[in-house]
Formats: sequence, structure tokens, C-alpha cells
Amino acid sequence: MIAETGHFALVLALAVALAQVILPQIGAYRRDARLMTVGEPAALAQFLLVLLAFGALTVSFVTSDFSVYAVAQHSHSAKPLLYKITGVWGNHEGSMLLWILILTGFGAAVAAFGRQLPATLRARVLSVQALIGLAFIGFILFTSNPFTRLDPAPIEGGGLNPLLQDPALAFHPPFLYAGYVGFSMAFSFAIAALLEGKVDPGWARWVRPWTLAAWASLTLGISMGSWWAYYELGWGGWWFWDPVENASLMPWLVGTALLHSAIVVEKRGALKSWTVLLAIFAFSLSLVGTFLVRSGVLTSVHAFAVDPERGLVILGILAFFIGGALSLYAWRAPSLKGGGLFAPVSRESALVMNNLFLAAATVSVFIGTLYPLALDALTGEKISVGPPFFNATFVPIVLPLLLLVPLGPLLAWKRSDIYPVMQRLFFAAGAAFVLGLVVAAFQEDGPWFAPLGMALALWLFLGAFADIAYRIRLGRTPMQDALRRLKHLPRPVWGSTLAHAGVGIMVAGIVGITAWRAETVAVMKDGDTLSIGGYDITLMQVGAYDGPNFRSEKGEFLVVRGKREVARLHAEKRFYPVQAMPTSEVGIYTTGFADLYVVLGDRRGEEAWTVRAYINPMAPWIWFGTGVMVLGGLISLSDRRYRLGVPFARRKAPSGAAA
Amino acid sequence: MKRTLVIFLAFICLGAIEPGEKLDDPALEARARAITKELRCLVCQNQSIDDSDAPLARDLRDLVRQRIKSGESDEEVLDYVVARYGEFVLLRPPLRLGTLVLWLAPFAALGMGAIVIYVFYRRRGPRHEPQPLSAEEEAQLEKLTKRREERV
Repeated sequence: MIAETGHFALVLALAVALAQVILPQIGAYRRDARLMTVGEPAALAQFLLVLLAFGALTVSFVTSDFSVYAVAQHSHSAKPLLYKITGVWGNHEGSMLLWILILTGFGAAVAAFGRQLPATLRARVLSVQALIGLAFIGFILFTSNPFTRLDPAPIEGGGLNPLLQDPALAFHPPFLYAGYVGFSMAFSFAIAALLEGKVDPGWARWVRPWTLAAWASLTLGISMGSWWAYYELGWGGWWFWDPVENASLMPWLVGTALLHSAIVVEKRGALKSWTVLLAIFAFSLSLVGTFLVRSGVLTSVHAFAVDPERGLVILGILAFFIGGALSLYAWRAPSLKGGGLFAPVSRESALVMNNLFLAAATVSVFIGTLYPLALDALTGEKISVGPPFFNATFVPIVLPLLLLVPLGPLLAWKRSDIYPVMQRLFFAAGAAFVLGLVVAAFQEDGPWFAPLGMALALWLFLGAFADIAYRIRLGRTPMQDALRRLKHLPRPVWGSTLAHAGVGIMVAGIVGITAWRAETVAVMKDGDTLSIGGYDITLMQVGAYDGPNFRSEKGEFLVVRGKREVARLHAEKRFYPVQAMPTSEVGIYTTGFADLYVVLGDRRGEEAWTVRAYINPMAPWIWFGTGVMVLGGLISLSDRRYRLGVPFARRKAPSGAAA
Repeated sequence: MKRTLVIFLAFICLGAIEPGEKLDDPALEARARAITKELRCLVCQNQSIDDSDAPLARDLRDLVRQRIKSGESDEEVLDYVVARYGEFVLLRPPLRLGTLVLWLAPFAALGMGAIVIYVFYRRRGPRHEPQPLSAEEEAQLEKLTKRREERV
């Protein structure tokens, strides 16, 4: 019954979505308030129905109801409860359902908090949002229905991919999806604005918080995925330029660009049609990402669904939305002319540069990911595009962008001067230069790029705070006054400063682990000692134990530095019999500046084991940096001016001035 | 189920080099590492043989190290591997007609974007330079700012 309830709720949601697509749209054209107001209750109903369906599937998973197709395929009665729940989205059907749940959740949020939006714009946004919902609910119901019953029901389920049985990985899809799908808001607003033929600062003020929320989620989701890869895959890599990672990076890059260009629309009324285009692209690339992952065109860690028919349907949906949106854009964008003017040296120009480099970087990721597929499809030729390609294209495009980041927030709107800005950055530049020299002098046999990379990181970090230092008149006013000013800084200033400083921290981590990584490998028996980076690692014992759904061999290591015990590390080799698959659990000891990373390898004979140990300098900074970036986004989001509904309460004055 | 299993097995190539694999000469070893990072493991997905503990990857690493030890240049080693396994093993696709678009697109995008921006400034720049206010506008501004001050 529970599965049928979920199934039925999903069918109802489809019907509601259909009504929500058509009625408010007609209402917006006819200026018919009755038709337009259908949008809000419909959006709420759609969300509640999908929530009901999702709840039903979750119950089926938790109770291990193997007569339900998705449960039988992807769950197992011996699995811990946590992974029964996260298993709901650890498979194709359930993850699409989660996708829709988040999509309709955003739609419901517009319905609930968007009272202040102009009626026609709100009606159109809800209509477009429902159109996306319609396509994907239809996709689930007709090609990947999780509620299909099996008769006879199997006695035991197929189990969840063991690699997914890890907290960070289990919880990263909801964040990734909140990011992907969050860009649907920007998309719906963009389409609605094109239909309205009007983009004003009020529009940007609405789009920005949604985009910021989506961006923060996506940043968090990507970092969790990367962190997981670091500690789970067992050789300390943190980014592999794997197509599935790239699929999430592309919307992130364009979303970051959108976040910045929307500022120009909001503050200066310029770059309107470009911002609309970015909004379309951010969500289009999210759809491309969904297609890449869900269709199984890529066979990689994440493509646990391999079914060409589904792929074709998603491709159709993709073509419809991207093609439709771009056609509409080509037709209506020319009417979006106008806006504030600005000189080549100005805050606006800095944001244009940001967009240029981010767009080019996106092209690098896009072509590197899709070219092998296209070449294979067209000519049958098989090539590989791996990290060396991205190091040669993506990195040189992003480096100048990073160099310019500290300048942006210091430039004035409209027309600015480079000289005073450089003066304010003098300290950051000097400190970065000194750090570069120090690193160059003290590093023993690191690569040439290490001093430059570390200098860049410090430049980004200190440069981010130069804006705050300037605003509070640090050094030009008594300390007390500066502190008073510090207290009253608007939150978005803290937000952008932290986000940019976070980039600096992340860059330091990336440069550190890339430049100074050390590794060693040995065959060890109980009591043997291995030395790396000043640590002596002794294998104490290897014991076997049984987990709930796996068998494990667990090595205990004593870590000694300078005759003092600093840690006892445990590294495991697990084996999941249901899937006949091994995984590794790495032992990590971190000082905050470096990770000691110990992996238990294969058994060698009766008593000996292959053991690998790595020193990963600065590694934790990568995820600390992305965490600070997310924090910056959230602080910015908490600003009073973004509180939903507020912008349009005071809308009359600014929009009158802009028109 | 079977197909799923094959996919699972395809990427379990965790780990890296084995004990005793490294060359004694650090310079040669560094070259070997650089080369193995450029070669794709054929049995796993999206991993270089440097990162993979698949037996085939191990054999390839040995092969690379032997060739380097016997005095071959980096290019000769890569050419040898490509001759045996095809261009698919190269993680850095070589520049030729079929990959021209791949290699040029990112920089072409950057260049074209830069040109578009340049044209944008050229077209808008001089014509839209803010003009000094006329006497009439000055008077209007005066009036407006005064009214504002009075209100404050």
C-alpha cells in the first residue's frame, strides 16, 4: 500500500504540474488574476505530493520492502539504517525523485515567499518551474518508476554500492542537487523575464539570493565529494577531472559567473541580457550534468545507472529546455537593451573579466569532458582526455582570474583608477612577494611553481581583507573608530571577503599537496617500522572483524615522532560480499598543516602486508578553504536586504529610477 | 545484475606503486613518474597507471621503468606504449587535426570573449562619454539637492 500511495501521489503531482504550467501562463497573458493565482496553491500541492512520494519510498527502503523494484535492486536488509535511508537516493530512480523533490521545493518557496513579486512575473516563474517538474516527473513515471512492484518479491536485495556507504558521500547528493536544481530558479526567472520582456534591478535582487543559495549548496556538495575521494579512494587524490566531477564543476563555474554578473544588474542595471544568458546556461549545464551522470554515457564511479533508453529521454528533455530557452533568448533578448554605462577600469569591468575567464574555463571543462564522447560517436575514434589536458588549459585560464580577484571589490563602480587600488593592495602584494621568496629559499626539492603558488594564495587571502581594511579606515583613523566601523560593516562585505579569502586558503592547499607530496611503500610484518617525513609508523597488528554487511581486516599503526607517540591510526581493507567488492578505509593523522595518510594494501603471504604511507602537506586547507567560501555565501545570504519579500516592498523607488 | 557488477569491478583500482618498483636513480624515477601520470589505466576508468594497482597498470609501469633504464627518451617510451596500446592510453591527447578543436576551444573562447568585450567598449566608449551638464540641468540638480537637504 505504501508504495502505491507514493506512486499515486507522483501521478497526481504530474497532473498538478500540468495545470500549473498552463493556467498561470495564460493568466499572465490575459492579465487574469484568477488564473494567475492558481500557481501558488498548485506549487505547494506539487511539492507536498512529491514529498509524500519521497516519504513512501523512504519507508519502503527503511522497512526493506523488496517487492518494490528500487528497494530490491539497491538495498539489503543487513545494511545499517543510515545507509538504508541514504540508499533512497543512492540509485537512479530514487535520486531522480530527490531531484524532483528539491525542484518542487524551490517552486513552493517562490509560492510561499514570493508574495511581493509582480503578479505576472510570479505566475510565469511558477509556470516555467512547473514545466521542468512536468518533464522530470513524467520521466520518472514512464522510464524509471521506483515504485514498480516485483512479483514474486526477492528474499534479499542487491545492496548499495559499498563506495556509497560512507557518510560524506551518502550526504553529498542532496547538496549537489540543491545546487543543480537551485539554478532552476535562476532559469525560471530568466525565462519569465524574457517572456515579460523586462529585466530590472528588482529582478536581479530576486535572482541573487536563490543563485547564492544554490551556489553555496553546490560548493558544499562538490567539496564533500572531493573530500570523500581523498579519504576513501585510498591514494590521496582529491580531484580527478572525472567526467562526473566535471559535470558538477561546470554549473558551479557558470553559477559563480552568474552570481557576479547579477550584482552588476542589481547595482547598475547593466549586463542584463548577458546575465539572463548566464542564468540559462547555469541550469542548462546542470541538466547536462544530470544527463551525463544519469544516462550512463560515462562509465565511472557515479554512473550506477546504465540504460540508453533513459539517456535518450533525458537528452530529449535537455534539447527541449536548452533549445527552447536559447531560441526564446535569441528572439527576446534584443529588447533587453540599455543599462548603466561604465569605463574600462571600473567594478563593472572587473566583473566582466570575472565572467570572461570563468566562461572560458567552463569551455575548457565542457570540451574536455564531451569531446571524447563526440569524437567516438562521430568517427569511432577513441581518445582520452585526462588531468594533463586540464592542467594545460583550465589552469592557465584560471590563474589570471585568481590574480585579479583582490582588485575587483576595491574598484569603484562606473569609473575607477587603478593606482589607488594598487596602493590599498600594497601590503598584500608585499607579503605575498616575501612569502614567495621564503618558500623558494626553504623548500628543499619542490617544483618551481610552489613559491609562486603560495604567493598567489597569500595574495588572495590578504587581498580579500584589503577591502575591509579600507572600509574601516584601518590605520587612517584611531583604532577604536576602526573597530566601530568594523562592527557596522554590511554582511555582504563579510560574505565576499570570506568567499575570496576561502579561495586563497584552497589555493594554498592545492599548491601544497601538488608540490610537496611524499610517499613511501613497504611490505610490513607486525612490529615493522616505516619512516616518512619525520614520522615512524609501526604496524602493531592486523585483526579481522565482521561489520554489519562487510568483512574487514584492520591494521593498527603506532605513529611516533621524535620518540613521542602522536597517534594510533587504523587502516582497513573491507570486503562487501553482496557486491563482491573491496573498499579501503584510510588512517589519517592531521596536524592541520599536513596529513599523514596510511593505507593498508594487499596481503603478502601469511603475515605480511603492503603498506603505503603519504605525507600530504596542506591537504586539509583545500576543504577548509571551500568551507570558508560556503560560509561567506551563507553570511551574504543572511543579509537583511535579501530577506525574502523585502526587496519588492521597497521596490517602487529603485525601479522607477531604473526605468 | 551482471552488468552492474562489471562496472563495479571496472573501477576498483585503488592504490599505487608497489614495493620495489621504484628506480634507484631519483632522476630516472622522477621521469618515470611523470610518464606514468600521462598514461591511462586500460582496465579502470579515468585513472592514470600511476594511481592504479590493477595488474595491467603494474606491468605498464614496469615496462616504462625498464625502457627508461635502458636509456630511452621520454618520447621514445611514450611512442612505444602508444604503438602497443593505441592513442587511447594517452591522457593528454596529441595535437592533430582531430583534436585541434579540443585544444583550441578554451583559448578561442577566451580570445573571442576578449574581442567582444573590446568591441563593446569601443562602440560604447566615446559616444556615451558622460557629457557635462547643461546650465538648465545644473539648475535642476541644484533645486533637487536643495529640496533633499531641506527634508533632512
